[in-house]
Amino acid sequence: MLSIKNIHASVEEKQILKGIDLEVKAGEVHAIMGPNGSGKSTLASILAGREEYEVTEGSVTFLGEDMLELSPEDRAREGLFLAFQYPVEIPGVSTTNFIKTALNEKRKYHGQEPLDAVSFLKLMKEKMELVEIDKSLLTRSINEGFSGGEKKRNEIFQMAMLEPRLAILDETDSGLDIDALRIVANGVNKLRNDERAIIVITHYQRLLDYLQPDFVHVLVNGRIVKSGTKELALELEEKGYDFIKDELSVTAA
Amino acid sequence: METINTGYLCDKFNKLQSTSSEGLISNLRAEGFKIFNRNGLPSIRNEEWKYTSISNLFKKEYHLVEDDKKNWITAKDIDAFRLPGFENANELIFVNGKFAPELSTILSSETDIIISPLEEAASGKFKELVNEHLDKSSQVVKDGIQALNTSFIYGGVFIYVNKNKAVEHPVYLYHVADARENHTLAQPRSLVYAETNSKLQLIESFITVGSMDSFTNGVMEIVADTDSLVEYYKIQNDGANASQVGTTHIRQIGKCYVHAVTISLNGGMIRNNVNLIMEAERNEAHLYGLYLLKGHTHVDNHTMVDNTKPNCFSNEFYKGILDDSSAGIFNGKIFVRPDAQKTNAYQSNKNLLLSDNATVNTKPQLEIFADDVKCSHGCTIGQLDEEALFYLRTRGISKDHAQSMLLSAFAADIVEQIKPEPLRKYVEELIVERLAVN
Repeated sequence: MLSIKNIHASVEEKQILKGIDLEVKAGEVHAIMGPNGSGKSTLASILAGREEYEVTEGSVTFLGEDMLELSPEDRAREGLFLAFQYPVEIPGVSTTNFIKTALNEKRKYHGQEPLDAVSFLKLMKEKMELVEIDKSLLTRSINEGFSGGEKKRNEIFQMAMLEPRLAILDETDSGLDIDALRIVANGVNKLRNDERAIIVITHYQRLLDYLQPDFVHVLVNGRIVKSGTKELALELEEKGYDFIKDELSVTAA
Repeated sequence: METINTGYLCDKFNKLQSTSSEGLISNLRAEGFKIFNRNGLPSIRNEEWKYTSISNLFKKEYHLVEDDKKNWITAKDIDAFRLPGFENANELIFVNGKFAPELSTILSSETDIIISPLEEAASGKFKELVNEHLDKSSQVVKDGIQALNTSFIYGGVFIYVNKNKAVEHPVYLYHVADARENHTLAQPRSLVYAETNSKLQLIESFITVGSMDSFTNGVMEIVADTDSLVEYYKIQNDGANASQVGTTHIRQIGKCYVHAVTISLNGGMIRNNVNLIMEAERNEAHLYGLYLLKGHTHVDNHTMVDNTKPNCFSNEFYKGILDDSSAGIFNGKIFVRPDAQKTNAYQSNKNLLLSDNATVNTKPQLEIFADDVKCSHGCTIGQLDEEALFYLRTRGISKDHAQSMLLSAFAADIVEQIKPEPLRKYVEELIVERLAVN
């Protein structure tokens, strides 16, 4: 579904990603872990299409198409979803109205009729129950006055409503307490299916306890230096990122 | 013709005075014309008019209502611009500045509200009231353009709300300028008196018929007595050939509540003066404004809140969205006189610039002479939140649509201050249309 080949990316003249290769197939859950500054957010940003980031080399193919040629809104319409690490507050824009607009723009892109009001409300109700988000949050402006946990749950709720083919969760677990983490993870798990792929970008092991990824990749200094299964995440938890760095220097030497 | 031409106005003035040389109004005209001759039209060297060169609009000769032998605006013309909610409104039509009772519709009974030509009120049973209150604004507004309106008081309207009456039907004032054959100068004059414990909603809108230029130089004086509630709405959505200077001078002579909203969407060169004179203790006033401009529209909003007595509260919130080569100006004056202890006065002006050629000039001006007060002011000029735009786009919303959603959200704060529902919805729709993605 997603094919990242030799991606090099920089921001403000600084080279962050130095050759990333990654293949993600439908139904798979990939975790990308790495120390601070390794390029995790940069990877999420270039996949989502942030203009400040420049891809200097390499390609990204999504569902057979050249993703880098697409605008952020077209990537979303094709089926990409990014759950932000720091979701922004947008006062004055109602959450419900926003999701309805997003949903209908996607449907229009795929030649479908917009959802009528009744069907939309039904869908909302279904997904609200699925991700355990309170109705009161949705009558307000986007993320306005939401706690960290509520913002993250709102991201997963949007993911449930938009039904993406590929979801990228950018440090979704940051800033969450144990209960909030469990609720968010449950929501994500309920959204797993054979058609959908998920890339979980995270620092810590704990979200992966719930999500049980198929593959774990370790990003250090802009490169994926090691890939493995979920056992790798446990090893990292135990030994820290230094063990990988040591392993690399041993190999180099 | 490149020079400012106002000589012909002298002939017009003399002609007008010759028709009625006695009485209050005639005297006021004479005084006004003296001031006009002495001060002339304000030029850009006048600090108050630094950014708004209305004198340039007087390089052409205008046709005045006094020249009209017949009123060419018909009831059918009016249907084209009635505002939503008109079925429930008292509709006052002004043609080229002159109140046209024959085209107007008064639904309220005289026990609630009296609406009469100003000349009649000045010599009839309201003679004393009119004598006392008409043209008080000229003691404060001393420039030539105000004086020009005063020089030509003719066909004005007097609106009087009786004690304890909440007027059920809003009063819509439609200012129609007939610019089909000539450049037209319309100078409406209104005096509004809201008695003790009365409630009134006033709405002013402006329509120019025809493609010659129109200039509306209007003065509305509102006197609000104890416990009254006055709502004032001005909606400016006329053509690029329509310029105006509008002074709304409100005196709160007893403890009462004023709520004023100015919405400017389209026009040529516009200057709005909203003055709030708090002549009693514990007055409260809320002034709101939204200017959503495109093309070459120029809107200059000057406000003045004068706290002359203690314990008054005022809140001003103006927002601007400027595109193309439009220009916005905001100057908010707050005076706190030595006796006005415990004044609470707040002012905020926020602007979004959408293009390289749009400009905004914003200046708070606080002159505080009492020492126990709470006053604040703030202004911002910026662009749309890039992070918010990106967020919306990552959900599949196009860049244009996302921009439009954020602009609507920005404007919503002010639009929701329009209390009459049909009007609020009307303005919301105008804004949605304006911000719509092409």
